[in-house]
Amino acid sequence: MAPEMHTVAPAPGKGRHSADSNQALDVSSLPTYAFSHRSLMWWGTFGMMLIEGTVFGLMVFSYFYLASHADVWPMSRYAPDLAWGTLNTAVMIASAFPNHWAKRAAEAQDLRKVRGWLLACMMFSFLFLAIRVLEFRHLNVAWDSNAYGSAVWLLLGLHTVHLITDTVDSLVLTVLMFYEPVGGKSYVDVSENGLYWYFVVFTWLPIYAVIYLVPRWIAS
Amino acid sequence: MQKHNAHQPLDQAAQLEQTWRDPPGLPGWFAAINHKSIGKRFIYTTFLFFFLGVAIAGVMRLQLAVPQNSLIGPDLYNQLFTMHGSTMMFLFAVPVMQAMAVYFVPLMIGARSIAFPRLNAFAYWVYLFGGLMLYGAFLLNTGPDAGWFGYVPLAGADYSPGKRVDFWAQMITFTELSALLEAVILITTVFKLRAPGMSLNRIPLFVWSMLVTSFMVVFAMPAVMLGSTALLLDRLVGTHFYNPAEGGDALLWQHLFWFFGHPEVYLIFIPGLGFLSSIIATFARRPIYGYPAMVLSLITTGFLSFGLWVHHMFATNLPELGKSFFTAASMMIAIPSAVQIYCWIATLWTGRLNLKTPLLFALAFFFILVLGGMTGLMLASVPLDLQVHDTYFVVAHLHYVLLGGAIFPLFGAVYYWFPKLTGRLLDERLGRLQFWLFFIGFNVTFFPMHQLGIQGMPRRIYAYAAETGWGPLNFIASCGTLLIVASLACFLANILRSRRSGMAAGDNPWGAGTLEWATASPPPAANFIRLPVVHGQEPLWDMQRHLSEHGQIPSPSYVEGVAANFRQVLATTPLDACPDSRPQFPEPSYWPFLCALATTGLFIGSIFTPWAVVWGSLPVACAMIAWFWPRHVDRVTHAEQEYRSDGA
Repeated sequence: MAPEMHTVAPAPGKGRHSADSNQALDVSSLPTYAFSHRSLMWWGTFGMMLIEGTVFGLMVFSYFYLASHADVWPMSRYAPDLAWGTLNTAVMIASAFPNHWAKRAAEAQDLRKVRGWLLACMMFSFLFLAIRVLEFRHLNVAWDSNAYGSAVWLLLGLHTVHLITDTVDSLVLTVLMFYEPVGGKSYVDVSENGLYWYFVVFTWLPIYAVIYLVPRWIAS
Repeated sequence: MQKHNAHQPLDQAAQLEQTWRDPPGLPGWFAAINHKSIGKRFIYTTFLFFFLGVAIAGVMRLQLAVPQNSLIGPDLYNQLFTMHGSTMMFLFAVPVMQAMAVYFVPLMIGARSIAFPRLNAFAYWVYLFGGLMLYGAFLLNTGPDAGWFGYVPLAGADYSPGKRVDFWAQMITFTELSALLEAVILITTVFKLRAPGMSLNRIPLFVWSMLVTSFMVVFAMPAVMLGSTALLLDRLVGTHFYNPAEGGDALLWQHLFWFFGHPEVYLIFIPGLGFLSSIIATFARRPIYGYPAMVLSLITTGFLSFGLWVHHMFATNLPELGKSFFTAASMMIAIPSAVQIYCWIATLWTGRLNLKTPLLFALAFFFILVLGGMTGLMLASVPLDLQVHDTYFVVAHLHYVLLGGAIFPLFGAVYYWFPKLTGRLLDERLGRLQFWLFFIGFNVTFFPMHQLGIQGMPRRIYAYAAETGWGPLNFIASCGTLLIVASLACFLANILRSRRSGMAAGDNPWGAGTLEWATASPPPAANFIRLPVVHGQEPLWDMQRHLSEHGQIPSPSYVEGVAANFRQVLATTPLDACPDSRPQFPEPSYWPFLCALATTGLFIGSIFTPWAVVWGSLPVACAMIAWFWPRHVDRVTHAEQEYRSDGA
């Protein structure tokens, strides 16, 4: 047994038979909440990231599978325009900074800073969602033109769903932090939301490469 | 441990009961989140679908009993075999394992609750609504008819107009969403909520098997969800994933489906292995021989199962070298399977056997699974596979593997754990009768199918000519089905009779060693009056041994300092299970139910119009925010109880 399991003697008269010498493991000094992998929420978030990461991976596999069976790739001959997608990549990477500071402020339980950085995150959210609309308009292919178009739209669509859910999650948390935070639990939620934000941003990088760069590499 | 509970002042037990029980009455039924209430409903619902699946199979066997039968026509027959396969795979086999885990895993690891109890309730409701939707569609003559693996192009818009396949694809979305959520819930439960002292090398083997299964679900299920979403998109908004005319590829579907579909077989089979380890240890009255080898075999099986999917596609135009690789991988699965079987034999050999019904089912597993495994080796070799591809040989094989690997152990598990669920034992005589009817009926039904397959009878035909000579064997198979139905009638009668008037079980009727037997039957709302501390792999046996050797039970034996007046649990570290924190769990709520209703609206709506995804997500989002939003009462409790220590 690990040494940090302190024991206390039971109250007199509690156990009679062999339990006279039996002792309880007293945990009353343990915290009621904890950050990072000590919190259950971290494990839940981690599980969702594994699932969604698998979905992205399979979608990328499907893209390359279809490409490997095609004579021309992209089938519509025009790769997506680089500008908006690249700009959005920069915006998303930049958003990792306010997210990082919001996460740090939550772990330090600094309500004022949490509020400020969450607001900054929301600005970035709305910005990358707006640019995402432009990205869709510059894919240079419709979802029902050919299998290439279907794959690109679904891949970008799947990531957009993550941007939207992450925005809504963060918005709800921001409102909560301004309205009436539930003490430590809310700070843990903000911290785990920050973790998920990283996931959404950093999974974008390989997806960006597949959508915007691969058609150029294959074509050349 | 039960004796200790008796010494506990009554008011703590009453207090815990009041804190952890679900709200009373019919409205409370919809707000229930206790893992035992949800687990029980989940188990009952999966068995309901099992009986429906058996009934459908019975109708098919009636149709096939004699040549040129005109009992049912081809259209209905197509729906029947699709419904049978889909029900058994998606609505029964995987969910029933998770349902058993929802009920028993928290008890076996000594926890007050499952992790994320509201999400757990949500996962159940989503599963239930998905099943109801599929059967609703079937009753309206819109049952799916393209087979349980929905191959394109048959399942595509050109060859399957109408909404039949869409309902099937959306049923996948429902059930896989539920399964994925349950997987995350179970992983978190096992890693964070184990009793102090239950380090990784002391986790009961059933819990290990569910942990491995949950990780497999996480990596396998997304494939079929993505595949069926793409199928829906092809059918609804004109994408071309599977349309060769526009650069799509029908084999993409097969890859995505079997990347899920082969692990699927193992995520039905591995929980079955967990049942066996529980049953065999108890009825051989000794711990399982070779615990580390057993755990490593479970993990190896989980890994290897992801390298087998192409052996379902040997009849396609894949490179021959690839096929050889997948043949080798398929053969390798025999290694971890054999390790486990030898460990069980060693356990049985050196144990003192207590030959009760659960052990009978466990022993039958050896016979049936080995037969299924043999035909599996045959099918894993490409030339033989090409010979019997799409014949009844495959039907025989898959039923031997799935029933032998999962259903026999599952029945054993029901006989084993029924006393814990209800406080009463199932009748032993009826149990033996059920066992023999099932064992004989199963073999009479499925053994002849091997021969029928070798004679060339294809799967999924609704009638056959007398000149084929398949009549007699088909007739025998259909007679076997009657025995299976009789066996299930015994099972139902036994359950219905015993839950009222069965013999009282007490806490530990079998003298087992794991923690679920340390509490009352049925367990109180909080599972344990005193949270246990664990000192070995089989805590109850270790305690007895320690008592007889040292004259006292190992110390400390229970936890103090977890609140009884609100929903506080003890979280422990993932590897060594040292006490770590005392988080507060949520109260019962209607929102998981309402949220599942909203999700159902979105899913069913999107069968008919893509806009349902847009408008349907608004109520879902509202329900989820309402679910998440903290209540005032919780704020107060948190404020009073909150305590953070940076030491620990």
